[in-house]
Amino acid sequence: MATRNPEEELLDSNVQVIDPGPDSILGPGHNYGTVSDRISGVVYLPWKNTPKKWMLGAFIAFCFVNLLMLAVGLLFFKGTGIWGLNIPVAWGFAIINFVWWIGIGHAGTLISAVLFLLKQDWRTSINRFSEAMTLFAVACAGMFPILHLGRPWLAYWLFPYPNSMWLWPQPRSPLEWDVFAVSTYGTVSLVFWYVGLLPDLATMRDHAPKLWVRKIYGVMALGWRGSAIHWHRYQKAYLLLAGLATPLVLSVHTIVSFDFAISIIPGWHTTIFPPYFVAGAIYSGFAMVLTLIIPLRSWYKMQDLITMRHIEAASKLMLGTGLIVAYGYSMEAFFSWYSGDKYESFMYWNRVTGPYGFTYGLLILCNILIPQALWVRKVRMNLVLVWLISIVVNIGMWLERFVIVVTSLHRDFLPSSWGIYVPTKWDWATYAGTLGFFMLLIFLFVRLLPAISIFEVREVVHHEKQLEAVHD
Amino acid sequence: MTETTLSELPGIHGAMAEFDSPEALIEACEQAYAHGYRRMDAFAPMPVDGLAEAIGFKRNNVAKAVLIGGICGVSGGFGLLYWITGVAYPLNVGGRPTFSWPSFIPITFECMILLSALTALVSMLAMNGLPKPYHPVFNVPQFTAKASRDGFFLVIESSDPKFGRAETLEFLSEIGGMEATLVPA
Repeated sequence: MATRNPEEELLDSNVQVIDPGPDSILGPGHNYGTVSDRISGVVYLPWKNTPKKWMLGAFIAFCFVNLLMLAVGLLFFKGTGIWGLNIPVAWGFAIINFVWWIGIGHAGTLISAVLFLLKQDWRTSINRFSEAMTLFAVACAGMFPILHLGRPWLAYWLFPYPNSMWLWPQPRSPLEWDVFAVSTYGTVSLVFWYVGLLPDLATMRDHAPKLWVRKIYGVMALGWRGSAIHWHRYQKAYLLLAGLATPLVLSVHTIVSFDFAISIIPGWHTTIFPPYFVAGAIYSGFAMVLTLIIPLRSWYKMQDLITMRHIEAASKLMLGTGLIVAYGYSMEAFFSWYSGDKYESFMYWNRVTGPYGFTYGLLILCNILIPQALWVRKVRMNLVLVWLISIVVNIGMWLERFVIVVTSLHRDFLPSSWGIYVPTKWDWATYAGTLGFFMLLIFLFVRLLPAISIFEVREVVHHEKQLEAVHD
Repeated sequence: MTETTLSELPGIHGAMAEFDSPEALIEACEQAYAHGYRRMDAFAPMPVDGLAEAIGFKRNNVAKAVLIGGICGVSGGFGLLYWITGVAYPLNVGGRPTFSWPSFIPITFECMILLSALTALVSMLAMNGLPKPYHPVFNVPQFTAKASRDGFFLVIESSDPKFGRAETLEFLSEIGGMEATLVPA
C-alpha cells in the first residue's frame, strides 16, 4: 500500500467527483476501496500539497488564537474589569458566547445520535465532522463561564471534592447543574466521537504511507482488527451511546435555559425557555454545519460524498427548527401581554423599542425573515445562498442570546438601578479569539483525521449493492 | 505463506481465507459452523448484520454492563447530593428542607448519562480485549492490506479441536475461500 500516491488518489482517482444531486447520498462508481482511499487520501496528502486555502485559513485562525491568548492573559492579570460587565448587566458577553457556542455543538449530537436512532442514512457523510464540531464548540463554550469566574484558577472549586475547607458546592443552583451538564456533555461527546473513529483509525493505520504515521494511528486504533464479534459489541455500544446522547443533548440546553428560567428576572422567568432554547441550539448548530461544510467539500473535492442531498436535508432542518424558534419568540411576546404583569410587559416593550431595540429588529430579520427563503427549492439548491443564509442564522442566534441576556438585565426593577452595557474591545477580542480557536481545531481535524466516517460510507456502499441486486 | 513453510511453522494461530463479499463470508461462516468448527473469527471492514451470529456468537453483555453503570451513576449522584446537602454541609435557607430532592434531579440525571457512557466505552473495549497491540492475524500481508479496506476474511483457529493444518486449508478452499493460508502465531 505504501506505493500508492495519495495525491493522485485524491485528484485523479479513477472515480470521478460527481455530485449526484439531491436524491442520492453517494456519487456513482464507488466501492469499498474507493471510498476508503478518497477519505483517507485527504489525510495522507503530503504537507507540501496541502490546499493553499487550508494554509491561509489555518494561519488566520492561528492569529486569532494568539489574540485569545492575549485577551485571556490580560484577563488573568487585571480581572473581569477589562470587560464591559457591571451591575445591572453582570453577565454580558461571557454568558452570551457560552450559550451560543454550546448551542452550536448541539446540532452535532443531533446529527450523530438522533438521526442515527431514526435510521436517517444521509447522516453518514457528515456525522463525524459534526461530532468534531460539537467537541470544539463545547471547548469554546466551557472557557467562558470559567473566565467569568473572576478567579478562573480556582474553577475546580465548582466540583464536589473533599477539601480541607470542608466546603461543598450548592447543588440546588442551576449554575451548579450547568457544571455537571456541560462537563458530562463534553466527556460524552468525546467518547462518542472516539468510538466512531476507532475503526477508521485502524484503516488509517493499515494504509499510512510512512512508518511513524502508522505508529501514531496504531496507538490510537488500540489494535482494532474488524473482528465480527468486536463489531457486534461495537454496534451495541454505539447504539447505546446514541441513545444516551439524545436525552443528554436535550438536558444540556434545558439546564442552560434553567440558568435563566429559574431566576425571577422578567424576560427570563418563563416556562417556554427549555424547548425554545433546545430548538434554537439545533437551529444554530445546523447553520454552523452548513457554514463549514459547504466550503470544505469543495476544497477537498468531496462533492460525491457530501452531496446536495445532505445540504438540502440540513437546510430543511434549519428551516424547521427556525420555525420553532419563531414560535418561541411569539409566545414570549404573547405571555408578556397575557400575564398582565407590568414588569413583564415593560420588559418586552423595552426590548422592542428601548436602547437595544435595533438588536431585536436585527434578530427578527436574521432568524425569522431571511431564512424563510429556504422554502424555495431553488434557494436550497444554490450553495452560495444557503451558505449566506447559514451565516445570517449564526449571527441571528448570537443576537438572540444578546437580546435575552442584555435587554432583560439592563432595566432593573428600580429605575435608579438602570444601566447600559457596552462590550469593550477585550470582550470582542475574547469572542473573536474563540472563533479562531474553533476554526483552527476544525482545520487541524480535517487535516489529521478522516473527516467522514469511512466504515459507515462502506455500509452505504453495501446497502446500495444490495439494492442493485434486488433490482436485477 | 508458501507450501514449503506449511509444515515447518513452529506455532500457528490458525488458517485464513478471503471471501469476496459480506454475503459470501456469512455463507462460509455458516458452512464452517455446520462442519463442526467452533473456534473461529470473521473479519470485515464494516459491521455486517448476521456475521457474528454465523460464527456462533450469542451473548453480547455490553448492554448489561451499561445498565449497571447507569444504576451506579443514578445512585452515586443522588447519594452524593443527599450527603452534601443533608450530612456534610446542611444549610438552613429560610427553613426549607435540607433534603430537597427535586432540585437534585438534573445532576443525578447527568451522573447517570456520564457513567453509562463511560461504561459503554470501557466495557466494549474490555470485552473485546482491546487495546491489543499485537495480534497474529496481522502477520498475513493480505490481511493488513485489505482487512480494513475491502477484504472479508475467515480465520479458523488452531485451538479448535477439529483443526488440522492441511484439512482446514482444504476446507477453506472448498467453501470458496481465496488464498487460503496459515497464520503464524
